[in-house]
Amino acid sequence: MRYHCAKSFSEAAEIAAGAPGITRFLAGGTDVLVQLRSGLVTPDDLIDLKQIPGVHDISRTPEGGWRIGVAVSGAELGEHAGVKADWPGVVEGMGLVGSTQVQGRATLAGNLCNGSPAADSVPGLVAAEARVTVIGPNGAREVPVEEIPTGPGKTSLGPGELIAAITLPARGAAGGDAYQRFIPRTEMDIAVVGCAVNLTLTGETIAAARVALGAVAPTVILVPEAAAAIVGTALDDAALEALAAAARAAASPISDKRGTAEFRTHVAGVLARRVAQAAYARAKGDTK
Amino acid sequence: MSKIHVSATVNGDPVEFLADPRETLLDCLRDHLDLTGSKEGCGTGDCGACSVLLDGRLVCSCLVLGVEAEGKRVETIEGMAEPGGELHPLQRKFIEHAALQCGFCTPGILVASKALLARNPDPTEEEVRYWLAGNLCRCTGYDKIVRAVMDAAADLRGAA
Amino acid sequence: MAKDEIKTPFKLVGTRVPRPDGLDKVTGRARYGADFSAPGMLFGAVVRSPHAHARIRKIDASKALALAGVKAVVTRADFPTGLEGEKWNLQDNAMAGDVAFYDGHAVAAVAATSALLAKDAAKLIEVDYEILPHVTDVDEAMKPDAPVIRAGAADYSVPEGMPPNVVRYLDFGHGDLEAGFAAADLVRERTYKTEATHQGYIEPHACVGQLGADGKGEMWVTTQGQWYVRWMCAAVLGLDAAQLRVTPSEIGGGFGGKTTVFMEPLSLALSRKAGGKPVKIVMDRSEVLRATGPTASASMDVKLGMTKDGTITAARAEFRMQGGAYTGLSPVGEALQCAFAPYKLPAVSHIGYEVLANRPKAAAYRAPGSPMGAFAAESLIDEMCRELGLDPIEVRLKNAVTEGDKSSYGPTFKSIGLKEVLAATQAHPNYAVPLGPNQGRGVATGFWFNYNGDTSVSMAIAEDGTAQVAVGTPDIGGSRASLGLMVAETLGIPYEHVRVNVVETGALGVNEPSHGSRATFASGKAAVLATQEAIGEMCRRAAAEWGIDPEAVEWVDGAAQPSGPNAGKFPPMPIAEIAGNMSATGGPICGHWQGLPEGVGASFGTHVVDVEVDPETGKTTVLRYLVVQDAGRAIHPSYVEGQYQGGAAQGIGWALNEEYVYGTDGRLQNPIFLDYRIPVASDLPMIDTVIVEVPNPGHPFGVRGVGETGIAPPLPAIANAIAAATGARLRHLPMTPPKVLAAIRAGADG
Repeated sequence: MRYHCAKSFSEAAEIAAGAPGITRFLAGGTDVLVQLRSGLVTPDDLIDLKQIPGVHDISRTPEGGWRIGVAVSGAELGEHAGVKADWPGVVEGMGLVGSTQVQGRATLAGNLCNGSPAADSVPGLVAAEARVTVIGPNGAREVPVEEIPTGPGKTSLGPGELIAAITLPARGAAGGDAYQRFIPRTEMDIAVVGCAVNLTLTGETIAAARVALGAVAPTVILVPEAAAAIVGTALDDAALEALAAAARAAASPISDKRGTAEFRTHVAGVLARRVAQAAYARAKGDTK
Repeated sequence: MSKIHVSATVNGDPVEFLADPRETLLDCLRDHLDLTGSKEGCGTGDCGACSVLLDGRLVCSCLVLGVEAEGKRVETIEGMAEPGGELHPLQRKFIEHAALQCGFCTPGILVASKALLARNPDPTEEEVRYWLAGNLCRCTGYDKIVRAVMDAAADLRGAA
Repeated sequence: MAKDEIKTPFKLVGTRVPRPDGLDKVTGRARYGADFSAPGMLFGAVVRSPHAHARIRKIDASKALALAGVKAVVTRADFPTGLEGEKWNLQDNAMAGDVAFYDGHAVAAVAATSALLAKDAAKLIEVDYEILPHVTDVDEAMKPDAPVIRAGAADYSVPEGMPPNVVRYLDFGHGDLEAGFAAADLVRERTYKTEATHQGYIEPHACVGQLGADGKGEMWVTTQGQWYVRWMCAAVLGLDAAQLRVTPSEIGGGFGGKTTVFMEPLSLALSRKAGGKPVKIVMDRSEVLRATGPTASASMDVKLGMTKDGTITAARAEFRMQGGAYTGLSPVGEALQCAFAPYKLPAVSHIGYEVLANRPKAAAYRAPGSPMGAFAAESLIDEMCRELGLDPIEVRLKNAVTEGDKSSYGPTFKSIGLKEVLAATQAHPNYAVPLGPNQGRGVATGFWFNYNGDTSVSMAIAEDGTAQVAVGTPDIGGSRASLGLMVAETLGIPYEHVRVNVVETGALGVNEPSHGSRATFASGKAAVLATQEAIGEMCRRAAAEWGIDPEAVEWVDGAAQPSGPNAGKFPPMPIAEIAGNMSATGGPICGHWQGLPEGVGASFGTHVVDVEVDPETGKTTVLRYLVVQDAGRAIHPSYVEGQYQGGAAQGIGWALNEEYVYGTDGRLQNPIFLDYRIPVASDLPMIDTVIVEVPNPGHPFGVRGVGETGIAPPLPAIANAIAAATGARLRHLPMTPPKVLAAIRAGADG
């Protein structure tokens, strides 16, 4: 395995494009090192991105959103008062990835590129309409976050392509987002089901919403039917029931060691209800 | 496979070692620097026995490559007591509360607890438990560990 | 150091002194299995079968051996043939012969100049497998048409006509079962299942082995028993046991799983083949989970008869357990013996089947068998108490055994403290805390025999009157502190003046491991008896100095003194003075005791747990937990509490989340801590403890042994609490959210 410490994204892309074998980018390393250690994936070339200028930065975009560098750790994100105030659901999703120790290393971009349908940070990003900056041999492009994962362990990134940053849009007024997951323990597990809801209010009424589910399909999925079930309502019981039903209808999970398909489908509805209520409370300014 | 020369600071001392790029920081601490206080319990970041501070940030050293330590500051269990040997209050309280049985997870838990108290001098029981959720202990049921951390925190607050 | 409330006639026993290894363990200095190195050391790696059951057609190591730095490869061909019984089991489990019996079974091993190189070389060893049909579930393995794992493996106990994988059959009991059931007002029969769990010690197995062509060898190893490692390695490799010197490292948890060998003989075989260079092997976590000591999985039928007032009239148990592909290793006998042990039964019958399956060879795990038996029996007792509207503690008190009662498994109980435990449980405030919605309380009792085992302890007085003790039981959870307290108490000197050393095999006679809750009982009793021998010698030295009869000298508060006015009038001669003169008065002063310490005292415990179950997801949260257990005597109360709390935590894990999950391909699906879900700190509440002390008359300080009992009650206690919270009765562990939710949705009886 050759270790490269890239000084710029173009250098990283160039090394990757020219590498003949298996290539991995190293941001937080919490997935790459586990795969390396277990012998699952031993890259021929490992390209460390952490020395590239700006990758540790979180900055305001001209539109009033946030641009989060590729090497910003979960711990750094969780300590950023600005992002936390605007997008608490995104921050709490990332905060659930692994232990305190893993938070010291793991990154949003890494969690996304690992391609796991159960990735805790991804539903929140999808619900928030986050976009990613992809840099490759042919320059940079902007992509909606949900277009990156294409299946378990797979992404739409081409050879030599890598993520440089993740951009969250401006929060805007009367908005709130939230993420919760179901796990058998209190910590340290992979999500059996995850759900993020992002919504904005006009008065008491939900004006717009996005609902994303994790671990119930080959990728994190956006569920427009679930959003439609609550838009135009004040999240009354009927709306919550319709939301739960839509979330369950959208779920097409597998049964595995972490949960049965039946259980996942049921819990998708339970979580959708709970998370929508949390996001709604935040939008109203009741809680953070 | 050629090795890479790494210079870092470990527990305040300058160190140099040659690392195979596949070796973790934990491998390098244990095998190249003879600092065997950090333990490997899982190699997957699930048990926390290898916890160290990297530039002040709590990490699993099994999830860091040795070559990534270049130019960085590493703090391990071996640097926790004063140079003259005086124990950190956490170390004292762990002995006093019998917060260790086999002691294998103890170095990682002490390092993680120190990082907690540095940022939160007055944690609740729940905060201690969630902060340490990535440090597995199979012997104690965590009861005495949590008590020792809370007591050490009180001690440190009193001393401040 | 302040003494606890409990009044004892002792100065040191019962105090919470700092453990002698504490400083090393909080500073990272303590050396565990993987922390040893030796000059010229090589590193080993093991090639493991990816198949649950496969014939090994051919092993080609040529590519591995062609790598520069690779020094040796061993396969089964490098081991002696003709072994039988447990020796063959150990050898075949350490290194497969013609057949790999489980996913993770070792088939070859390689030694190289670095750990990375050894791993690379292991990947280059080519093994040609013929995949055979497999079976991993105990009930499936019991079927007459199940894949046959080892034809002819059944022992004499198995009657004609049993299914081919049944290798041991047990049948014992007493009384008239039919009359007993006829006398009952309520008879219920239920089936229960528990899954295999792993001891889950955080320290993986690790050793450095060195073996020369002359048959002399050394090993540094993390183990609960250095003499077990010695005889097992000697047997597997055909060595003379006394030529192998085994030194135990500090041990990072064992719970029974480090009382046997796995890769230890491989390191010696590699060393011999590599010209006697030491070879270090350290397992990774997935090797630990795939290839080392899980406990058995069990399928159990229990039938009980109870009168309206709660008297148990008859009990019947039929248990089936698999312990891997080797015989004699499932704790089905212990499970049956422990299941009804708390109760006085006029009629009881136990039937047991040990079944082979394509899983790793079962190893001991804390109170082997007792948790499964308790889960089945204590769940059914609770169910019947609810049906009859009876208080679960009252019913247990009504049926509880006491001194002089015939046990369910045969022998008559000596002094035991079950009634005292139940009374203390009933009186504890936790038993009266009001519960909220979706919350429930569960109670269950557990039992362990406790154990003695071969024991050899030496002690010696140093020149300044301090004392050293050599014991053969590795210190897993503070035994050096408790042994030091007992020796200091006996000598009448400060605790700090005693050093307890866990020594290598060359320093003492054979000792059994630290298992069966025996270290504080057996090594403790032996250490006290050895100390008394040294005291006798010191009294003789004083008597000689004074010119009086040694019988007229007694030992009080660390000094020899005349036993009465008639013995002579001399000032007490302190230990330091006797020790300082030892060279002139007859030489070294030592004490020794060896044998099988008599007087084991059984231990009972009762747990009370409060849970809350989320009715929408089936997730169980443990709100409150209480352990009440008879310690006999708590030598060091903190470490007794620690055993209670640790046992409870392991039992909680077993009850709720831990299990070996096998795929249809027979491969272990969850060989990392991410998916083998042991409790984390945020999963548990504080674990309250009550140490009941009904002294064991068979030990000088009343010790029973405290390590094992505490893992048994959590399994049924949590099932009982979930039933109380939800009305759903779970009879298959672990009680994961999907199972609990399904049971809730299916109605009252899941």
